[in-house]
Amino acid sequence: MIELISQNPILAALAALVGLAIVFGALLGFAAEKFKVEGDPIVEQIDELLPQTQCGQCGFPGCRPYAESIANGDEINKCPPGGQSTINAIASLLDIPAPELDAEHGEESEVKTVAYIREDECIGCTKCIQACPVDAIMGAAKFMHTVIADECTGCDLCVEPCPVDCIDMLPVEETIADWRWSIPAKPGLIATDKRGELANQPAKEDAA
Amino acid sequence: MNKTWVTPGGVHPPENKHQSVTQGIGQLPIPEKLVIPLSQHIGAAAIPCVEVGQAVLKGQVIAKPAGVVSIPMHAPTSGTISAIEHRPIAHSSGMLAPCIEITSDAADTWIDHEGISDYEHISPAKLLEMVANAGISGMGGAGFPSAVKLNPGRQRPIDTLIINATECEPYITADDSAIRERAAEIVEGIKILSAILDHPHNIMIGIEDNKPEAIEALAPHVEGTGISVVVFPTKYPSGGEKQLIYILTGKELPSGKLPADIGMVCINIGTTYAIKRAIIDGEPLVSRVTTVTGDAVGIQRNYDTLIGTPVSHLLAHSEYDEQAGGRVVMGGPMMGFTLPSAEVPIVKTTNCILAPSYAEIPDDEPAQPCIRCGMCAEACPASLLPQQLFWYAQAEDHERLEAHNLFDCIECGACSYVCPSNIPLVQYYRAAKGEIRHAREEKVKADHARERFEFHKQRIEQAEREKEEKRAARREAALKAKANPPAAKSETKSEAKPSSSAADIIAAAQARAAAKQASPEDQQAKLERTIAAAEQRLKVAEEKLAEAIESNSDKQAVLSAAVENTRQKLEQSKTKLAELQA
Repeated sequence: MIELISQNPILAALAALVGLAIVFGALLGFAAEKFKVEGDPIVEQIDELLPQTQCGQCGFPGCRPYAESIANGDEINKCPPGGQSTINAIASLLDIPAPELDAEHGEESEVKTVAYIREDECIGCTKCIQACPVDAIMGAAKFMHTVIADECTGCDLCVEPCPVDCIDMLPVEETIADWRWSIPAKPGLIATDKRGELANQPAKEDAA
Repeated sequence: MNKTWVTPGGVHPPENKHQSVTQGIGQLPIPEKLVIPLSQHIGAAAIPCVEVGQAVLKGQVIAKPAGVVSIPMHAPTSGTISAIEHRPIAHSSGMLAPCIEITSDAADTWIDHEGISDYEHISPAKLLEMVANAGISGMGGAGFPSAVKLNPGRQRPIDTLIINATECEPYITADDSAIRERAAEIVEGIKILSAILDHPHNIMIGIEDNKPEAIEALAPHVEGTGISVVVFPTKYPSGGEKQLIYILTGKELPSGKLPADIGMVCINIGTTYAIKRAIIDGEPLVSRVTTVTGDAVGIQRNYDTLIGTPVSHLLAHSEYDEQAGGRVVMGGPMMGFTLPSAEVPIVKTTNCILAPSYAEIPDDEPAQPCIRCGMCAEACPASLLPQQLFWYAQAEDHERLEAHNLFDCIECGACSYVCPSNIPLVQYYRAAKGEIRHAREEKVKADHARERFEFHKQRIEQAEREKEEKRAARREAALKAKANPPAAKSETKSEAKPSSSAADIIAAAQARAAAKQASPEDQQAKLERTIAAAEQRLKVAEEKLAEAIESNSDKQAVLSAAVENTRQKLEQSKTKLAELQA
């Protein structure tokens, strides 16, 4: 055997290569089985960045379907609740330029809202309960319903189905516990130019 | 002489401490109204346990702690509860917070209280309970409930107890004057702490060398007690917990860890006094030493102030000249904040009220662009890179901010102090910290919403599947019924009966309905009605059939079957009626 190989170097090389190919093939095959990743990891990562309001403003039934669609090449600017910060985060994840929010799907709102049912007007039709994507509404047929404010994502999907229009989207009030410092206002081009500031101020008020 | 270490960075702002220590600790007349905020500490706000109009005695519990990391509140003087409502408090937001207002009766009558003198023979758990019941939270500034801090658990034995008497911030002399006058009681308090913590090996009082009188006052009391007074050079901010630990022990507290994780506990000297009062005298924390200083007040000195005293009351008794200074700061010039109004009350963490004149602390110069001089990095006591943090805070780049250890920033203000461009750096860091904390909370909420959404989807799918299965089963049953000839009907029926519970229910319901209609008159009337209705239906059906025949519609077969059906029913009813009548 050894003689045969030493006499035919081509054969030896061939045997070695084939042998290596088999070994690595087996190794790769094993690794593919052993370290198999369920689902598409990029979908998971995009889904992590989306705000999970499940509001459907993007045109998909929930955040995950939109994440899947983005993974398949959809636009990333269809999420108004996430706003520009979500767009930026997804853009940096996918390494693409961040577009502006698509106004067609809605505007980014500064204030977070939660649904509130005017309880004495509720007729107990359960339509809002069926519409709620996160099961944040309590109630039963012909009984008053109420929103669990802590669970509400503010998607406003329950507002439309209500036959008596007793659901309001109320802004979440800021409390002393969640008050935050804000970034100081940026100084003008010449910070010491008080005159310019004074001259600008009335003009600003007029514009407002 | 203990060895001390030198912290990186730091600044030497003018101390301005001499003005307020020339006189001893003063007493103020009891204010007419006191306002006690329910949240003066880190942790959950206390829950009021009194009602408006109720009379209370000094030291009576007026609010109970809400959970473990919380403290009770006590009436600072005797009087009546006049309001429980939202009031402005000492908070940078200027927002209102729940408070209890007490109208004083000027008698200042104590509730019955009793301390214990032989604390050495009492279990640490009992002592801790007394500390917790006295409503003591850290009086150095952060306001962390002391009983929680002093209970690190068995897995974290404490071998070093550090008493923080540094008081490094300019103007403030509350601790200094307290030590001068109350050294014996403070040392007594330290001994109690030592008993609670199972006698740590090292007990050190850390004090800056700009308080020689206080050091002298402590010396006779610590002799032979094993407590060492460690004096080190004055530098701001040496009084930060991490900084003081490094100065005294040379150990650096790892990022995100508590001193207890490396076997240390750090307690403010004012807190030790409060603990002594709580254990030996049985008095809850109802007052503290507060410095009133600044050029805008005529009398600069320290007062033993009742918790809840409005700042305006302090200023009124200090010859405050509103014209001289525009603002009142709670805390010192480095870390303090301008009060939204002078009506806010003194709380357990208020060590200083600073009313500077315009000349003393001028208004902030406008910020100019960063020139990358690097002075902030030299001044930072936490060895951070303030200018990098500044850029990232502007860009709201949370990832990089965290990578640059933003959360190790103690917000001491040394960087802003040295900045030649007057950039309010600390405010950027505070804003960025707030943003990051908010983003973390949002993330938790989003994850929770995702979970709920997925569960919701799963539930809907399952319901849909079950419905589909039922439908399929019904369809199959119908097919089977059709396939079997009518002759075998009775057979299939008897077979199907035990399985189809729905049929049973219907039959039972019919039986019940029949039983209800016991009286023959009723039955007769009903039958008559049925007959009338059936006749009507038959007529309509026949008309329709005629129409269909005329127009040669393909519905003929269906309609004729319907007519036949109706006719049969009518005849059935008629026979029944005949039977009944017979």
